[in-house]
Amino acid sequence: MADGWSIGKHAFTSRLLVGTGKYPDFPTMQRALAASGAEVVTVAVRRLDLSKKGAESLLEWIPKGMTLLPNTAACFTAEEAVRTARLGRELEMGDLVKLEVIGDRRTLFPDVVGLVEAAKVLVKEGFTVLPYTNDDPVTAKRLEDAGCAAVMPLGAPIGSGLGIRNPYNIRIIMETVKVPVLVDAGVGTASDAAVALELGAVAVLMNTAIAEAKDPVLMAEAMKAAVEAGRKAHLAGRIPMKLHAAASSPMAGLIGS
Amino acid sequence: MQVRLNGEMREIPEGLTVSGLLAHLGVKAQRVAVEVNENVVTKDRYETQPIGSGDSVEIVAFVGGG
Repeated sequence: MADGWSIGKHAFTSRLLVGTGKYPDFPTMQRALAASGAEVVTVAVRRLDLSKKGAESLLEWIPKGMTLLPNTAACFTAEEAVRTARLGRELEMGDLVKLEVIGDRRTLFPDVVGLVEAAKVLVKEGFTVLPYTNDDPVTAKRLEDAGCAAVMPLGAPIGSGLGIRNPYNIRIIMETVKVPVLVDAGVGTASDAAVALELGAVAVLMNTAIAEAKDPVLMAEAMKAAVEAGRKAHLAGRIPMKLHAAASSPMAGLIGS
Repeated sequence: MQVRLNGEMREIPEGLTVSGLLAHLGVKAQRVAVEVNENVVTKDRYETQPIGSGDSVEIVAFVGGG
């Protein structure tokens, strides 16, 4: 059974999106990206180091056929994010952008006012905007109204590995917006990724959990399996939680009764 | 003449286009994106967009990120 999903005009099968930062080296990254089964990889836009001639290009190490998702990471104003998105589009020649407008250096929480502002500009310019946002349903609605193609609430702060701290908000966001909801940031290990999909997120985006694992390639495999398991569990429909036991074996017909 | 290149003042020859500047710097044009005075220069304008004295030029590329 085909179980795909799409953002704008882009259709995907894998529900795992992965980053390209923080890997110990490019060969490890390349193997981890392949092992993850992901179809989308995020990349950052930075000044070229003009003193390092012939430095290795990241792009040579990204497996062929993967869709690049340029981000606007570390932008602190809507204006910076818009400029960075335009440069990313010029580099990638595509329309996708992971929009980040950061409001605080210590927590890297989004500046949601700047985020909505930047989203409006970029949507008008024809971008397919995927905003990294707080786990706030009201902001998610504002982003949808601004024309974003998806919303990507955080599970926990970027790189924290704390898992999905407020699953109820993620659920409320999914009730609130019609666009796809992706959980972005906070995943620490495979069970966190499974939870995101069990909740009904269409996909999950992660970087650090794989890149900084002791064995990134093995963790990429684990994440692939977890995302598939979480999705299947979501489709299968979990049992309701009950306070008391409900026996799995018949209570009648016991010997000696 | 002086331009601000990736945030640092730098001396470059006069009369360069974006293409000329990239060649001068030894940068492969297909790997980068260029902004002059905060406006993106699309690749089809590299041959014609001049770099003037005092211009602010950003040359960027993709790096790893999440």
